[in-house]
Amino acid sequence: MNERDTSSQLSKLDERLRTARHARNVGEENREKNPGGISFAFRVGVELVAALVVGVGIGLLLDRWLGTEPWFLIGLFVIGSGAGIVNVYRTAASLGLTMSSSEATNKDVETPEPEGSTMNVENTAKTAPIRPNNT
Amino acid sequence: MASPLEQFEIHTIIPIQIGGADLSFTNSALWMVTATSVAIAFLALSMRRPALIPGRWQALAELSYEFIANMIRDNIGDEGRQYFPLIFSLFIFILFGNLLGLIPFSFTFTSHLAVTAALAIFVIVGVTMIGIVKHGLHYFSFFVPQGVPAVMLPLMIPIEIISYLSRPLSLSIRLFANMMAGHTMIKVFASFVFSLGAVSFGIGGLAPLAMNVALVGFEVLVAFLQAYVFTVLTCLYLNDALHLH
Repeated sequence: MNERDTSSQLSKLDERLRTARHARNVGEENREKNPGGISFAFRVGVELVAALVVGVGIGLLLDRWLGTEPWFLIGLFVIGSGAGIVNVYRTAASLGLTMSSSEATNKDVETPEPEGSTMNVENTAKTAPIRPNNT
Repeated sequence: MASPLEQFEIHTIIPIQIGGADLSFTNSALWMVTATSVAIAFLALSMRRPALIPGRWQALAELSYEFIANMIRDNIGDEGRQYFPLIFSLFIFILFGNLLGLIPFSFTFTSHLAVTAALAIFVIVGVTMIGIVKHGLHYFSFFVPQGVPAVMLPLMIPIEIISYLSRPLSLSIRLFANMMAGHTMIKVFASFVFSLGAVSFGIGGLAPLAMNVALVGFEVLVAFLQAYVFTVLTCLYLNDALHLH
């Protein structure tokens, strides 16, 4: 009898713990969606610069290795900038600050496809152009 | 007056030279060992006598366990469970490094790019290997963005590769820059306490002192937040490697 008492008490405690945890989780989710301005700016800045640094670094190394002085540097600088912007877009998308992928897909569907070329078939089959959930 | 950057200097404690390489035991290494020992002691001692209704220390240990377990479940799913030890160790190591660094006269090893870059490169190489083992060569389809016209692929694939390679850099810079900026700021305001106080019989020192109290509290928050961010991003990268898009 005593044991049953304890187990019913425990299940009650379990229930209370679950509701408390749920409440806490909801609060955390809300906080996640409103990131601080400075921390968000810092995050975006780091993403932008990191890709640029990697691009320029690879460009310089390839140039030194192959002796093609400015060309790889110039090309990879441009590609690195592109990668930086892709990174920033993804960071923003992961925080829900851009058009969501479902909206993008809907828009794709609404605009009538001109012809059934292979490229368009690929486009409709593979939905959103950029993965949203990627930081 | 001491430079606010003096706290980041690395001193050799036990000089070790092996084959011309400097492998000395430094203050940075000392605090890494300290962080690891404190973390192990914390987890081992608090779970020494596990009770059904946890005491304070046990609750703290269980809280940290559940925090990471939930993070893995939310970000990776069930397949992520086997990587729990890795992610938990990463989180605890960074967290204890950040928090112990806040003790006066200690050393914050996470404020050094060498340390955070080593951690980030380890994470990225590990995640890439996990992806290749799991998906084989199919893993490299990760670099081919979906729904892009074939004409754009020669441009998009290099962009994706550079974006992938920039991950360890942004991961390490974020942690190191946050820790270094915060600690420098505390020292700068601490030097204001002295210099303003010296010219105004101590009264002028009160304002920067109050600021420093707020900054130290803020740094505790940053210590947690940056450990959390590093671990969450590791989870997201691991999720990408396990699930490909």
